[in-house]
Amino acid sequence: MRLHVRLLTVAAIALAGCAAGTAPSTGDTHASAGAHPADPLLRPAAVPFPADNPPNSARVTLGRALFFDPRLSGSEMISCATCHNPAMGWADGQPTAVGDGARRLGRATPTVLNTAYQPLQMWDGRKNSLEDQALGPIGSPAEMNMPLDKMVTQLAAIPGYRPMFEQAYPGEGISQATVAKAIASYERTIVSTESPFDRWREGDRNAVADDVKRGFAVFNGKGRCALCHQGFNFTDNGFHNIGLRSLQGEGDEGRFAHRKIKVLKGAFKTPTLRDVALTAPYMHNGAYRTLEEVIDHYDRGGDDKSNLSPNIQPLGLSAQEKKDLVAFMKSLTGAPMAVEVPHLPAS
Amino acid sequence: MNKPARTLAALILLAFAGAAAHASQEVVVTQKNKAFSSPKLAIHPGDKVTFRNEDTFVHNVFSLTDAQSFDLGTYPQGQAKSVTFAKAGTYDIECAIHPEMKLQITVAP
Repeated sequence: MRLHVRLLTVAAIALAGCAAGTAPSTGDTHASAGAHPADPLLRPAAVPFPADNPPNSARVTLGRALFFDPRLSGSEMISCATCHNPAMGWADGQPTAVGDGARRLGRATPTVLNTAYQPLQMWDGRKNSLEDQALGPIGSPAEMNMPLDKMVTQLAAIPGYRPMFEQAYPGEGISQATVAKAIASYERTIVSTESPFDRWREGDRNAVADDVKRGFAVFNGKGRCALCHQGFNFTDNGFHNIGLRSLQGEGDEGRFAHRKIKVLKGAFKTPTLRDVALTAPYMHNGAYRTLEEVIDHYDRGGDDKSNLSPNIQPLGLSAQEKKDLVAFMKSLTGAPMAVEVPHLPAS
Repeated sequence: MNKPARTLAALILLAFAGAAAHASQEVVVTQKNKAFSSPKLAIHPGDKVTFRNEDTFVHNVFSLTDAQSFDLGTYPQGQAKSVTFAKAGTYDIECAIHPEMKLQITVAP
């Protein structure tokens, strides 16, 4: 995957009327509704994409169908949307994911929201792009359990998919690469909608209550949250050991499994806080059911100190400060997103 | 002085001249706003690079380059750690915590 990325306006990605097979204009800075590029805490005007996969309506339409299609799993019962459920913050509400054969997996399902802005995917960052990530769960025996060569054969046998692939990727055919690129193109449309926090930042003093404003101050100060949760997506795209107590039998080394650097032992990617109120339970292992429990964890300075990030320290928050922090995080919930549910091509 | 002796003397002089021109230096690279102060750096063998954290949060510096791998651990704002690059080569440097932070150091005589 080429590292060079271009920018596409949020509005252009969602453009339903875009001519099939052609890329919309790139590299511009047209503002989308509500976006405010001058403020790094507000939603950016554009979504980045790789130079070899500029989104257009045909690619997004194809990617949406593939995202919702359970025939991409070995059991034909699990789609991407099974775990990345748009009605549940593009996650699944489970402590850890459930895979093939209803078997419980080791890590929580991360939201798809705003992954377009993240340079590395997965809790441990082992995937370098959305295209790289898209096929991982499909081919994983524990997750969707679909051998990727079989996936291509099965999709090619569904008549309705052939023209969709041809429109989206003319001459490229139905392949692992075009499946990955189409799903990634759809995922790049799953970005934050306007939240009360955004309206407040844009100057509407009444958009949030005083507890949110106080909570935002705690977030940036005494709470030390902004040491890791930075920018509009409230993540540094970094990896930290936050002192989670290992659940029984877990033994998950996180990013260290892929980068043998000591600081990464037990370190996981900082998740976005956008729509965080919709994505309980929390942490990579689903250890906490509520935002209040999350804040108590950080207030204690973590539990397992064996390779704890120096960013994590006991905070001494008051009960009011904790409530204010929760109020602030809830203010990051965007308006409900319009999600078009596709009619899947018949087998 | 015969010819071999003259050649040897010239080589010794060149060696001293080269050593004088490449006296070891210290180069300071800052880490601020989750970026190294420069994405590329050219130094000579024996030079020392000091990485200074100017962010409010901790950083790391490591390299897994075969010629000289190292891990400087974590350090907070205001602190610095150094590495002396003894061998020529191209070194890929990163912050393990913030993988978008990348620096390539070229060490050449």
